[in-house]
Amino acid sequence: MTLEPNSVYEKIITELPDGEKLKSCLQCGNCTGSCPSATDMDYAPRGLFALIAAGQDEKVLRANTFWYCVSCYQCTVRCPQEIPITDIMYHLKHQAIEKGLYTTDAKDFSGTFIGMVEHFGRSFELGLAAGFHLLHHPLESVKMAPMALGMMSRGRLKLLPKRIKNMGQLRAILDKAKEIGA
Amino acid sequence: MKYAWYPGCSAEGNSFAYDETSRMIAEALGIEFQEIDDWNCCGATEYFSVNQLPAYALVARNLALINAEETPQVIAPCSACYINLKKTDEKMAKYEQLNTEVNVALAAGNLSYEPGAVKSRHFLDVVCNDVGYEAVKEKMTQSLAGLTLVPYYGCYMGRPEDNFDHPERPQTMDTLLKTLGADVPDYSLKTICCGGHMTQLSAEASLRILRHLLEGANQLNADAMVVGCPMCQLNLDAYQKDVNSAYKTNYQIPIVYFSQVMGLAFGMDPETLMFERGIVSSKAMLEKWLTAEPASKKRRRREKRDKNALPMPKQLES
Amino acid sequence: MKKGVYICHCGSNIAGTVDVEEVSKWADDLEDVAISRDYKFMCSSLGQELIEKDIEEYGLDRVVVASCSPHMHESTFRGACQRAGLNPYFMEMANIREHCSWVHKDKEAGTEKSKALVAAALSRVGHHEPLVIQYAPVDKNTLVVGGGIAGIQAALEIANSGYHVYLVEREPSIGGHMSQLDKTFPTLDCSACILTPRMFEAGNHENITLLTYSEVENVDGYIGNFEVRIRKRARAIDEEACTGCGLCEEKCPISVVDDVFEAGLGYRKAVYRPFPQAVPKYPVIDRENCTWYQKGKCRLCEKVCPTDAIDFEQEDEILEVKVGNIIVATGYDAFDARRIPQYGYGRYPNVFTGLEFERMTNAAGPTTGKVVLRDGVNVPESVAIIHCVGSRDKKYNEYCSAVCCMYSLKFAHMVHDKLPDAKVYNFYIDIRTPAKGYEEFYHRLLEEGTIFIRGRAASISDVALTVEEEGKLIVTAEDTLIGEQRRIPVDMAILSTGLEARHDSQEVARTFSISIDKNGFFRERHPKLDPVATMTGGVFIAGAAQGPRDIPSSVAQGAAAAARVLSIIDKGEVEMEAATAEVNDLTCVGCRMCVISCPYEAIDYLEDRQKAEVNRALCKGCGTCVAACPSKSITLHHFTDQELMAQMTGAMNALFEIDGVLMPA
Ligand SMILES: Cc1cc2nc3c(=O)[nH]c(=O)nc-3n(C[C@H](O)[C@H](O)[C@H](O)COP(=O)(O)OP(=O)(O)OC[C@H]3O[C@@H](n4cnc5c(N)ncnc54)[C@H](O)[C@@H]3O)c2cc1C
Ligand code: SF4
Ligand code: SF4
Ligand code: SF4
Ligand code: SF4
Repeated sequence: MTLEPNSVYEKIITELPDGEKLKSCLQCGNCTGSCPSATDMDYAPRGLFALIAAGQDEKVLRANTFWYCVSCYQCTVRCPQEIPITDIMYHLKHQAIEKGLYTTDAKDFSGTFIGMVEHFGRSFELGLAAGFHLLHHPLESVKMAPMALGMMSRGRLKLLPKRIKNMGQLRAILDKAKEIGA
Repeated sequence: MKYAWYPGCSAEGNSFAYDETSRMIAEALGIEFQEIDDWNCCGATEYFSVNQLPAYALVARNLALINAEETPQVIAPCSACYINLKKTDEKMAKYEQLNTEVNVALAAGNLSYEPGAVKSRHFLDVVCNDVGYEAVKEKMTQSLAGLTLVPYYGCYMGRPEDNFDHPERPQTMDTLLKTLGADVPDYSLKTICCGGHMTQLSAEASLRILRHLLEGANQLNADAMVVGCPMCQLNLDAYQKDVNSAYKTNYQIPIVYFSQVMGLAFGMDPETLMFERGIVSSKAMLEKWLTAEPASKKRRRREKRDKNALPMPKQLES
Repeated sequence: MKKGVYICHCGSNIAGTVDVEEVSKWADDLEDVAISRDYKFMCSSLGQELIEKDIEEYGLDRVVVASCSPHMHESTFRGACQRAGLNPYFMEMANIREHCSWVHKDKEAGTEKSKALVAAALSRVGHHEPLVIQYAPVDKNTLVVGGGIAGIQAALEIANSGYHVYLVEREPSIGGHMSQLDKTFPTLDCSACILTPRMFEAGNHENITLLTYSEVENVDGYIGNFEVRIRKRARAIDEEACTGCGLCEEKCPISVVDDVFEAGLGYRKAVYRPFPQAVPKYPVIDRENCTWYQKGKCRLCEKVCPTDAIDFEQEDEILEVKVGNIIVATGYDAFDARRIPQYGYGRYPNVFTGLEFERMTNAAGPTTGKVVLRDGVNVPESVAIIHCVGSRDKKYNEYCSAVCCMYSLKFAHMVHDKLPDAKVYNFYIDIRTPAKGYEEFYHRLLEEGTIFIRGRAASISDVALTVEEEGKLIVTAEDTLIGEQRRIPVDMAILSTGLEARHDSQEVARTFSISIDKNGFFRERHPKLDPVATMTGGVFIAGAAQGPRDIPSSVAQGAAAAARVLSIIDKGEVEMEAATAEVNDLTCVGCRMCVISCPYEAIDYLEDRQKAEVNRALCKGCGTCVAACPSKSITLHHFTDQELMAQMTGAMNALFEIDGVLMPA
């Protein structure tokens, strides 16, 4: 069977290693049943795969599923058809960004994180949280203050990550990778 | 035994205790760490999700900085770092095009990496499988008897594939803690994910996940949950209070690193093992341990067979 | 030489991708070809008659049929030649279906390849020698291995026809898995009630030698003439003296978990009969657990036995028997549920397997038929039945185990029947009920109020998050029909474990020179047309040893295998392979490479003459020895070097003519 060129389905199958295994999905629901985030997803993995097979690409790419995926591979190790589900989630994030179709904060979160890595070469979780929340949820960052204080008093929270020595080298590598990858 | 050491970003802040105590344990066990000079972030789960090639290049820079002749294996104490290093190396080996592209990128920084040159290992794996339980036992000066320690592996120690332990029923940490003398219950949620960065996206979702894990450990009367990943530690520890207020629970379960409890068994001063860095206090656990009666000899009384009960199937030997 | 060429259309199977008329016309002009034809179905009677008529009319001395695989119809066309008085080995087939039309799309290229294949066959057929088929007499005794329902059925069919059967069973009693079951779907008749009479009949039949607690150690020979070595393990019971009173069993102080018959749910003694209706009635002493064998103490059974039947000194017996045919019906193993740790079998007491539940519902089982929790007292208020455990999953077994949907429905019914107030949930992916009365049984369960949740169960856990979940097992699954992850608290979970090949099926296959498929089940000669035969003549298979199947189909296969055996016995003689290997005495250096390499042990080394010699009765014509012989002293008739070279040059010449391809010098 030939798939609609450039469709979500076709891209997964042609671009992702082992992506063609998605064709063998049994719709058994083991992935969704196993997913720790399923209850927060608008379409959990199995449902999303049904939408992909049905060609409802817009719905697929606007779903929050892959943004809520915590990459735990629980679905992948349980899928009876050995479908690389977690990798598909990564791929869908990529497709959603490419098409400019995302509706959650998660993209910004990832963006903040990446920004930090590209600036310092290093990251750390709480600095990240602070940056992200100040930007997007000023109210939440107030709520987080007590926790952050606890972390600070135990020496676990630094305001900024340490910058690596050879930041120039890392930037050159990343720029080159982006250039080829684009 | 000499290995390259990749501390990971959290070592500098959040998981300082893990980094420090790992170094102490390593020294005691005769493991030499060669920290990668000027290592950079592994990208966690975020970088991979958005931009694949730069993500691989980011990780590959670390592998390229290792002198593979001197240290053909690199240890990461963090599960996410470990999985990213491993995945990058393996995918580069498997996919020729990726290998070429990553190396073109590395060349822009005058670096190169040949896949397969450096094997990535989790610190827990090295302790349990390279050093071995016997050698650990030899270093022990006191038992952890009296403590109920619940091992929590999180998602990456056995996943996605060919990792050092079983994806659903890992045993290494169980065996390690039993070796140290602790009571180690069979924790059924030990590989359920801690939620990772979900805390940053949806408080509701992540607190629900964390509550599940804490409730499971609580039902086993855990004196502490033992982890081998800074992310797991952070989530279960720093958000435990939030779980308690959201779910009207009262969990007080310290979340400690396996390296810290190994330090206890090795006779290191608890003060130096940095338990106080945990948000949830480890005081009660430490006191319980200090005052625990030495294990009584005739504890293993043959259980009498209940006349009515049906026999239980034996567990599979792993 | 006068050669006839016949090109088959095979409907559109060949004609769709090969221009058969063109091939036929082209062949007509080739050297020595007296007649070339194409025909819609060469294998039809009319097609065969065409060949027969031409042999007579044109005086053909060689025939080439270009059609399907020789596997399908070689014997058909050899028969046609023979009927017309031509030696059947003067016929050669060109496979233009499996080797050409089915694997290609381009008609022009397909036509040319067919020409090359036909030319190859024409060139080879000229070198064929007239081989003579030999016959060997058939021993009228039969060996049946495995005394489950399939083996019992086969043994009875043959014995009732008046021929002798050796029925070899590994366990102390015959009956197999069926003897463990309570009710059988879809009619719900009591398994023991329908099985026991058959077991009794098999145990007491004048034509059946029943050898239980026994195993086949070695098989030599060939169809019609097998020599079998059987080890009859020592029961430590004198069968002549034992009356089957059961006193020893009653008094034996040692009780152990019975992992075989009771599936781990109950206990048995060290001296035991697996169940009251066991056939034969004699117990065995399990030496691993008996205190006398282990510690040299006890002998209580000996003291209480009224007929002095206990014999601690008894030793294994080795029997050598001759049989003409063998039926292997060794059945299946249930999937080991502990391999899926997230279902918690072995961790949570109230997770049970299918076979455990069978024993539980069985009135003669450990709970006398009461459905209770592992504590043996409390009754479940809710039960989850999990389908497809170990089946339909590439990590374990990719195939569907075929019977577990139906037995899961049966379990649901049993719970409704015994505990009318209990809630029953079946977690399924698809409900498979494809046999007589099965779908209706499913409908009945819908009416009985079973709750069906469509989704493979993801995990079972005991970590309660709500008051309702406290003290329960929580089954997590996606209810795919509403698209929601659900947590269902239950008191009991039953894992409907699939059917797997016996753990030792590979060794058993080797003993009987048969092969196994990728899942370890015995491989049939043809999956549709010859399901109970194997590639080894005289060795048949039946029941769940061939693949997952239910009782009706196991019985049918047992009977089918028996029918095949009976027809061989009736014929009285068997055809031997004519295309066998032959050692050239003059050049053989006696190195014995061939002797080691032959998979059928068909080559003898003659000590006195220091030469190797092929036993034509055993040789299957596989050609392994030909390749192994360093002095090139072995010829395989019908596959001589000359013939193979001719076949290749034939093809190359044709290609050269068609395409201008140059043959390498
Ligand atoms: C839980 C459960 C419930 C079921 N319920 C039903 C039902 O209600 N209705 C239905 O139709 N089917 C049911 N089945 C399927 C049924 O069990 C099989 O169809 C049937 O038992 C197959 O019979 P068999 O003779 O081929 O194999 P088996 O019953 O496995 O018998 C094989 C025999 O061979 C013996 N053996 C094995 N290896 C050797 C050896 N090397 N040498 C000598 N002897 C050997 C074994 O000891 C055994 O006695 C159920 C299956 C299960 C797991
Ligand atoms: S577990 Fe695998 S086969 Fe089942 S629904 Fe999910 S992706 Fe499809
Ligand atoms: S990897 Fe993502 S989709 Fe899969 S189970 Fe984990 S969170 Fe769910
Ligand atoms: S000798 Fe063995 S079989 Fe006999 S009663 Fe004692 S333990 Fe049981
Ligand atoms: S018969 Fe039903 S339960 Fe058994 S494997 Fe097939 S689908 Fe699953």
